[in-house]
Parts: sequence; C-alpha cells; structure tokens
Amino acid sequence: MADNIRTVKHATCTFCGCVCDDMELTVDMDKKVITKAKNACVLGRAWFAEHHIEDRPAAMIDGKEVTVEEAIEEAAQVLAGAKFPITYGLSDTTCEAQRQAVAITDIIRGTLDTTTSVCHGPSGLAFQGVGESTMSLGEVKNRADLVIYWGGNPAESHPRHFRYAVTPKGMFIPNGKKDRTVVMIDVRKTPSAPVADILIQIKPGKDFELLWALRAKVKGKKVDPKIEEITGVPLSTINDLVERMKNCRYGVLFFGMGLTMTRGRHFNSGALLALATDLNEFTHFVAKPVRGHGNVTGADNVVSWQTGYPFGVNFSRGFPRFNPGEFTTVDTLSHGDADAALIIASDPASNFPKAAIEHLKTIPVISLDTKQTLTSKIAHVAFATATYGINTTGTVYRMDDVPIPLRPAFDSPYPSDEEILTAIRKRVHELILSRRGARGATGEAKVASKQVL
Amino acid sequence: MAAMLRIVNGSIHDPANDIDGEVRDICIKDGKIVDSLPENAPRLDAGGTVIMPGGVDIHSHIAGPKVNLARKLQPEDHRRDPHPGTDYTRSGSGGTVPSTFATGYRYATLGYTTVMEAAVTPLGALHTVEELHDTPVIDKGFYVLLGNNIYLQNLLKEGKQEEFRHAVAWWINRTKAFTTKLVNPGGDEPWKGKRNSNVTDIDEKSDLFNVSPRQIIEAFVKTVNEMGLPHPPHVHCNNLGHSGNYKTTLETMKTAGDLRIHLAHIQFHSYGGEPGKNPDSKAAEIAEYINNHPNISCDVGQVMFGKSTIMTADAPLAYLLRGFNKGKWVNADTECESGCGILPFSYQEHIFTHALQWAIGLELFLLSGDPWRIMLSTDHPNGGSFMSYPKLIRLLMDKTFRKEEIGKVNQKAIAKTNLPALDREYTLNEIAIITRAAPARALSLKNKGHLGPGADADITIYDDQEDKEMMFNAPRYVIKSGEMIIQDHEFTNDYYGRILHTAPAFDEAIAENIRPFFEDYYSIEFDNYGVADNYLHEHEIIPAKNS
Ligand code: SF4
Ligand SMILES: [Zn+2]
Repeated sequence: MADNIRTVKHATCTFCGCVCDDMELTVDMDKKVITKAKNACVLGRAWFAEHHIEDRPAAMIDGKEVTVEEAIEEAAQVLAGAKFPITYGLSDTTCEAQRQAVAITDIIRGTLDTTTSVCHGPSGLAFQGVGESTMSLGEVKNRADLVIYWGGNPAESHPRHFRYAVTPKGMFIPNGKKDRTVVMIDVRKTPSAPVADILIQIKPGKDFELLWALRAKVKGKKVDPKIEEITGVPLSTINDLVERMKNCRYGVLFFGMGLTMTRGRHFNSGALLALATDLNEFTHFVAKPVRGHGNVTGADNVVSWQTGYPFGVNFSRGFPRFNPGEFTTVDTLSHGDADAALIIASDPASNFPKAAIEHLKTIPVISLDTKQTLTSKIAHVAFATATYGINTTGTVYRMDDVPIPLRPAFDSPYPSDEEILTAIRKRVHELILSRRGARGATGEAKVASKQVL
Repeated sequence: MAAMLRIVNGSIHDPANDIDGEVRDICIKDGKIVDSLPENAPRLDAGGTVIMPGGVDIHSHIAGPKVNLARKLQPEDHRRDPHPGTDYTRSGSGGTVPSTFATGYRYATLGYTTVMEAAVTPLGALHTVEELHDTPVIDKGFYVLLGNNIYLQNLLKEGKQEEFRHAVAWWINRTKAFTTKLVNPGGDEPWKGKRNSNVTDIDEKSDLFNVSPRQIIEAFVKTVNEMGLPHPPHVHCNNLGHSGNYKTTLETMKTAGDLRIHLAHIQFHSYGGEPGKNPDSKAAEIAEYINNHPNISCDVGQVMFGKSTIMTADAPLAYLLRGFNKGKWVNADTECESGCGILPFSYQEHIFTHALQWAIGLELFLLSGDPWRIMLSTDHPNGGSFMSYPKLIRLLMDKTFRKEEIGKVNQKAIAKTNLPALDREYTLNEIAIITRAAPARALSLKNKGHLGPGADADITIYDDQEDKEMMFNAPRYVIKSGEMIIQDHEFTNDYYGRILHTAPAFDEAIAENIRPFFEDYYSIEFDNYGVADNYLHEHEIIPAKNS
C-alpha cells in the first residue's frame, strides 16, 4: 500500500473561516482517503478524515438517477422558466463557483443570498453604516499587544485562531503571548477562557450597553455607575479596559456571533466597529468579525464585486437591488415568495425556520452538495459535487479577505460546483436569449466565443 | 463579426503616427490593424465621425481588495445609479465605485479599451486578478505596492542593492504586476507602529529602517530603470494634499535625476502655503519643472465636483480627511506591505480648497508644454469618477465653457491661481494624446494608443459634435481587438479583455532569502502567495528590457 501514498503540502482546510493553508496531507490514493492532516486542529482533522467518496448518483431528478447532462437541462429549464427564482448558500464552495452562481441569478433575474444573512449579516450592515478599521491577520501576529475577543468562543469554533492572534511571535511581539494582553468578553466562561489574561463576564443581551459605555469613556464622558447593574461589569473594570485600549500600541477587537446574533444585532456590530474607530484618535486600533464558514468571506467579496452589495440582492428589474429583510432567503421563503430555488453547498431544509422550510418543500429545488442533506433529499434536481479543497482547485478567502489557492488531495468522480454551475449558466443564457428573441449585430441570437456571460 | 473590416470616410486622429484629422481607411484583420484588405472586405461607413485609438487610462482604481471594500461601503451610491444588463452584457451597479462588470462596460461606453489599476498589495494581487477577470471589454494591468514593503526596506537598510533588485523583480513576477507603485514611501510604519503618525519630510529617516523616503524612491528609480520595466516607478509622493507639498514633489522629481519616473495625480501634490494653513497654487512651478525634464511623466488627478470616493494606500491621509466630517471610514492594514484608507467624499464648488484643487488641475493641463507627458486622469474615484472625463475634456477644449464654470466656483480660490488668464484650448489631437497615445507610450504598449499597422484594433468612433462633452460621452462605435462591442451606441457583444503584465529576469536564489522572512512575518504559506500562472487566462507579457 505504501507505494500509492501521496503527500500534499501547503494544502488548505476550508472547514472554518481561519482557512489554514499550512496543512500537510497524507493521502492514500487507492482508497481515496486522507490518512493524516498534519497541523490541522481537531475540527480540521475530522473534516479531512471523514471525507470519502460516497456512492451516490452524480445527478438525480425526483430521486431517480439521471445523467449529469439531463440534470443540467432540467435545472436550466426550471430556472429559466421561473418567475421568482432564488439562489442561496455559496459559502462552502470556491469563488469560481460563486462567480457562476451570481451570473446565473443575474441572467434569470432572480434573488441571490448567501449564508452571511444568517451569521455575520449584521456586521455587513454595520460596515455599510460606520466602516471598519481592520487588518490582515499577520498584522495581529506582528504587532498586536492587546487582543480582545467579544462574543466568540474560538477555542471551539475556530481552534487555530489563536495561532494568528494569541500565541505567535511577531515582528514587534518577540515573545509571543507574553507580550500580549488577551481579554475575553462573553456571557459565560467558555473553553476559550484559559487563554485570557482578563475575563469580563457580561449579562446576556447587554453588549450594546457595555460598548456604548466604553465609547463614552474613551471620549472622556462620564458613565453612570449603574452600568454595573445593567451589564454586570463594574465601572472600575470599564475604566481599566479603556486605559488599556488607549495605551496599547496596536489593539484589535475580534467579534463573533455572540455579538451579532443576539439582541441588538447590527447595532452591536456597529457600536463595536465605532469603538475601534474612535480609539484611533489615541493609538492604532482595528477590529474584525470572526467569520464562520470556509469561504463565506469569498462569497461576500464575489457578490460585492459583481453586484455592489454583499448579500440579499434581487435582479428582477434587470439590475441588482439590495434589501436585507426582503431579499434574504429566510424572509423570501417565509413570505412564500419564491417559485424555484438553486441551493449551493448549504442545507436550509434542516436549519431554516419552519415557515421557510414549508415553502421550500412546495417549490422545485435544485441542489448542489458534496453529501446528502435534507435539502438534497427534497430537491427536484440534485447534483453530487466534488469537495472544494479536497477534490478541486479554486480560490478561498480567509476571514481577513486574504485569498488562498486550493491544492486538492485526490480526484472525485463527481464534477465540481463550478463545472455544474458553468453548464447551467450557459444553458439558461441560451434559453433566455431565445425566449426574448434577442437580436445581435446580425439580427439573430448568438453566443460569441469571447463572451463573458 | 467578420474577421475583416474596412472603416471608411472617418476623420482620423492618430497622433503617434502624425495623423491629425485626415480622412483615411482603417483596415482590420484578425483583431489587428493592417495595411490593406481585399476590395470586397466588409465596410463600415464612418462619414461625419472622428476616429481615435481606444482610450488608455494610466491611473485608476478599479479592482482589488480596497476597491471592493469601497464598493461594499456605499450601497447608497449604487442605489442611485443602477447598471442594467442587456442580452449580451451583465448587470451591475454604478456610483463612484461601480461593480466590476459595470466598470468594464462604462469604460467601453466612453471609448476606453485599456485601464491600469494603480495600487495593489502583493497579498491582494490574486483578489485583483479575480476581479479583473470579471471586468469585461478592457485590457488591464496593475501596479504592485512595494514602497512600504518591510523586507525591501530591510535590504535598503543593509545596503544590499543587488538583492534589492532581484527581490523587486521577484515580487513583480510573483504577483503578475505591470510595474512598481510607491505610495507615501516610508509612511506606513509610523502609521501602524507609532500611533497613527506619518512622515512629513522626504529626508526624514525611519527609526526602524534608517532609510528616508528619498532613499526608497532613489532605489526604485534606479532599479526599475535598470530592469527596463515597461513603465517606470509610479510614485504617489509624500505629503499628498498638504499645503506646501510642492516642495516635496520637486524634491521627488529631482531625486530621479534624469532617469524615468511617473508621478501620479500630480494635482494633489502642487500646493503652496504653510502646512496646516490654506493652500495656494504652485501649478506653474510644477509644470515648469516637468516641461524642462523629459524623463518625467505624470497624470493630473483632476478634481471634478460632486461625489467621489477616497481610496488610497496613504492611510494617514484618509484618516486626516475623515476628520472633517467624522463620517464612515475604512482603514485596512496589510501585513508587511501596506496601509489603506477609504471614505466617501464630495468636492463642492463653494469650498475654497476644493475649488482650488479643481483650478490647479486645470492650470497644470493648460501650462503643459508637452501633452505626451502630462496625461488625463481623475485618479478615479479619488478626484471624481472616470465617468466625468467627457466634461473634463470639454473644460480643456472649450474656453467659453471653462469661463462659465470658473464663474460658478469659490472666487477666493480662483484668485489664488492664474486660471482665468489661461486661454489655451486643447485640440482634438492633443486630447487624443493625453487620453490614449501618451499613456500607451508611457506604458510601452507598442500595440496601443495608435492606429498604424500592427496595432491592436482597439478603436473608438465618435460623432463629430460641437459640444465635446456630448461627443466624448457616447461614441457611436467601439471596437475591441477587432470585435464590434458597441454599435450605434448599443452593446452588441461582450469581450473578455486580457491582463497585461511584465516579467523581468532575476536570480531565483532570492526566493530562498525571502522565504524565511516570509515564514516569520506573514500569515499564509509562502508557496500559496502571489498569482500562479493558471490564474491568468487571457494575458500578454509586455517585455522588460532585461527579460
Ligand atoms: S482552525 Fe479552522 S481552518 Fe484551521 S484547521 Fe481548524 S477547522 Fe481547519
Ligand atoms: Zn491613485
């Protein structure tokens, strides 16, 4: 067996937003399994180890096996014929696939949304409101002497986040953790607590109040001692933290879904981003949402560069419009609005609110996923696709917007998301052009070889 | 469309070939301009039109991490200005930072077919290339930010000139860049590491590297000229926007000696007055120096009234501007490489400084002794959107219009300039120079910016109109590499465009010197850094002298 073992260096784990690109994978090419993932954390090890080629049809229509070509044709017919098609998911696939998905939605004048709308969507809205002072993770490693985590539990959700932000020795942080002060602010003592020098336990749902008190203190305003009663954090602790923030050389605030998905949502994110901005009057200060899914940051980037907006985009008028709360998928489905759905690398049928799932069950769903999910089970057309980073190349963006090229370990018998979506995109374009009776320079419909569409 | 086309009866403006308004045939075959075609080749009757090579923008911000942050930041800007798709083109959104597709199409609707993105971090190069793939029609390249690169500054500190040259070439190859860009050289370290401070003097040495901005500029000018890159170092000088900064600008130009250098958006660097006080115009001094030094080229960075977006690797400047209205602001630090600042902005006629900036830009154009070296730009979207180029062209070509516009702005500012006394009107040929022929030449793009045999068939055909803003706003035909993209003002096709980059030779051993530094101070794997060949798709290597 030893002769068909391959190692892949500098491979990338796409399990969480850390997108660690220092994996050294040992691959048994006969069995098509990864036997070892050096440098991976426990989540990453499981991600690689559990990946094996499932024995399921590459394409199915209503639960019956069909050829991929037949499934593409059916998917294209459904999407091109729909009046209110939606596209959803996208955060667990490559940017190349995401680009195709946006193109399809543009051509069919559908509604496009990503899983951002159910995780850090509020941070996206806050960003639009106040901006953000931010950085690539290497700056934290090289410079940050004060690191604050707010509303997150990286030890369990992003186990190797600390290798960027807590433990590493950097250019101006020669002794690593010894040169940093780490603060954890959360509603409970989480497994991340042991890395903290200072633990601040806050009453649930009082993040905004604490952030506002900190902002007031930073600006030299008086804060009512009642703040302790409200937030559970004594004024003396607030004063101490403010002094540390103003006096550090390079400070960073990381924040998680404990901040964005609790009471206050985008107000919380906005208050935190504003606090980081305010602190720049005294020293260099940055902030960063700790994003979850492997390539959710890529989805934000691709959707933004193609449409101008990060998620919740509708093309029904022939150009992108942005309205979270209306064009975000949970809302669209809950209102009973969509008549077809293209779901990529996501399982809304298992994790959306009931009303949304009920509607999803009544419309034709086209699903692309690497494994069987509740969504693929209810799908009218279901594609089994290759796993990004394990079976396919492509690009993934780390939580700090740094793009990373993927190095696959072994081939999959299934096509990639990009291949399927490209084929659907070409076919829906043909269908839409012929339906509109498109005219070209020669007066007839045409698809030029160099066309971008 | 057919692989062959003969365009007849148009009035040709092709200054690179000394053609100034002659009626001649233009023959296109397989995407190139050729000497002749068979008599029966298809014809396009272009009677009553003005024909120019496709426009070339030498300095613009259209793709990459900072541009995308600026896009995300301003939904309000997009909402006002949707960009509908057509049967052949994708939809998008406009505003001062349009989506990628809208950017490509909108440049095409102005007759531009080549655009250079002027500031990309090496770490963001891959992102930039991905966006450029989604920026249709135009050919495009980018300048890589190296002026605050910590590894390179360490080499300068140690006096390792030879390694410096190889490392610069390595970075250009690794990122698929077109040339080097310096932004406020030496200014990053005080910004990130010394509580948001900045360098203020070109000879101020940093404590950390013991090198001054002047030494950095000198090293790049020498190195890039030796390598013979298609474009010299593209320099955004220190002290952008500050009163009295013209002295820094003159010193920067002097530092280059008689070697080639390109100064970006020089309008922003032509201010007199005392630091911290109101500026006045030093356009005459700057223009005179440039006129007398043929090694120097620049783009103006004209300010146009209305909405703009400040986006710059000059982070301290963006923070300073943010201080005026305390609105939303983005700062984005890139490890070992760069800073970045972004904010929405608006130039207003009645504000002294804005009116002065507008007037200084126009002065520079009108005092230019050589249109081949003072080129048109708005530093899009910093001085204003590229969509305002037609209006800017009218300001240059039509002195009556210019007088009217001067009358609408802050008169105290105008009094600090010599603008009302300048009666010059640009000719069509001069416009053709500052918008295509000169940038193509400054970029060593031998197949662009002219209509002689061998040139890429990138051609713009305008209806000849009295109102030059109208005329340049909507060419009747736009042809890209021989493909008819716009016909009778409508898109009839789409086109990919290619990435233009360069590949200077270097000693491969330098990579192994960079690797340990990289492993210590970057946060991704050395082998995953940069832009691999398989990301390029359609591309063209513009040769360096030594490659
Ligand atoms: S931290 Fe995240 S990306 Fe890194 S190895 Fe663990 S699961 Fe994978
Ligand atoms: Zn610029």
